[in-house]
Amino acid sequence: MTVNRYRRRKATNLLISALAFLCVAVTIIPLVLILGHLLAQGAKAVNLDFFTQLPKPVGEVGGGMGNAIVGTLTLIGLACLVGLPIGIIGGIYLAEFGQNKTGWLVRFMADVLNGTPSIVIGIFAYTIVVLPMKRFSALAGGVALGIIMIPTVIRATEELIKLVPVSVREAGLALGIPQWKVILRIVVPSAKAGIVTGVLLALARIAGETAPLLFTAFGNRFWQQGLDQPIASLPLQIFTYAISPFEDWHRQAWAGALVLIAMILITSILTRVATKGQHHSVK
Amino acid sequence: MFEGISVEKLVAWFGQKQVLNGISMKMGANLVTAIIGPSGCGKSTLIRCLNRLHETVPGARQSGRILLDGRDIYQMDPVEVRRTIGMVFQKPNPFPAMSIYDNVAAGLRLDGVRERRRVGESVERSLKMAALWDEVVDRLDKPGISLSGGQQQRLCIARAIAIEPQVLLMDEPCSALDPISTGKIEELIQGLKKDLTIVIVTHNMQQAARVSDHTGFLLMGELIEFDETRKIFTNPRDKRTEDYITGRFG
Repeated sequence: MTVNRYRRRKATNLLISALAFLCVAVTIIPLVLILGHLLAQGAKAVNLDFFTQLPKPVGEVGGGMGNAIVGTLTLIGLACLVGLPIGIIGGIYLAEFGQNKTGWLVRFMADVLNGTPSIVIGIFAYTIVVLPMKRFSALAGGVALGIIMIPTVIRATEELIKLVPVSVREAGLALGIPQWKVILRIVVPSAKAGIVTGVLLALARIAGETAPLLFTAFGNRFWQQGLDQPIASLPLQIFTYAISPFEDWHRQAWAGALVLIAMILITSILTRVATKGQHHSVK
Repeated sequence: MFEGISVEKLVAWFGQKQVLNGISMKMGANLVTAIIGPSGCGKSTLIRCLNRLHETVPGARQSGRILLDGRDIYQMDPVEVRRTIGMVFQKPNPFPAMSIYDNVAAGLRLDGVRERRRVGESVERSLKMAALWDEVVDRLDKPGISLSGGQQQRLCIARAIAIEPQVLLMDEPCSALDPISTGKIEELIQGLKKDLTIVIVTHNMQQAARVSDHTGFLLMGELIEFDETRKIFTNPRDKRTEDYITGRFG
């Protein structure tokens, strides 16, 4: 009787473990396949020229995507300038003072914005930046990407700040520290590691956005000429090259995709290393 | 000369629920006042009113007067009240993003004190007063949360006394600690008494008897009895106090 039950428990345990393992494998396989395929296809075309040269005209072999790499970095930088202050300060507001109707409304709006197709945000940036300036520009692209970042950053910041225990806030208040200082100097630093993760997620998402850039940043075959001018970017370049009929361009599109992924990966790793020294609370 | 704290007709609520019902008592200067009573009797609420932390909880409010050295704390800026009345909590709560040193320095630094020497001296003196200095002197830059529970609690005491308050509130400071750490903190309380007025909430009646000069017995939001600790424990006037301290309930 007891032995029998013991066996059944063992069998169930094995079954569930196997099932969990299977699910993990199914999740990881596509990721590994994508990375593997990218490496196989893209590594051939990645060389020094790829990082330093401009795209060559149709028919000439060689050239690179140097301008697109710089362009993507510029666009991400501009997006951070737009998205991070609003996202982080908004998140702090929601976590500390958002237990009311306004908070509910902001949260709801952020969720709606999060679900808004990025091309719609592109049109918005087109209307408020491109039309008045009468030209496509890096600025317009940055605004579009920045707006896309906001909801992810705002919600991540809110959730992570809320995870900081009330006891920590009370300890700060009980020391005679004004509330705003408790929030900015004690609570937010305690949630820093988590907030950084949220920002990285948002960065990874916008780094690959293509649609909103089509009619904001527009693309450019030359080096950057100023923030009020059209600018190249990796996703756009990949898109253009991938749908072209030329074999060489296809190779370069793969290489572009590989570089884009590598950039995101390296940023994540660097940020992790940089924030690792700090003591985090949220375990 | 510091006169201590006197509480007059203090009533406190959480939303609709009244948790304190007209408490009046005096916590004398350089004395240890213990507040005992069963769970949920309002002990913590009482001392959280003393540094105006009660009102920071949504829906919480209070009425009555609390005089700190003759001044009504509800007429003062809460920041000023809390700089005069420090607090140690039930569970050790060091600031997670800060090192041991920064934890103790936090009160001064966030008040705008920049001179390194002054901060350094304050950290050393506070850690010595909290009997933690010898254990942490060679790892002041390690995170505060890397210490053991008992050490963390002494770190919190050091942090609280670094801003040189006149009163120290302790909300069951030993309930999360082992007997050895508890012993250390009780010893500490005896030492701190020279410079500070201490109000301690405790579950543990032996602890109240060991460390305090005066004891108040709280039951369902009412102060049943308040007297010298010796009298409360040897010759209580009220039947309910006697029942509680002899372990008949609670």
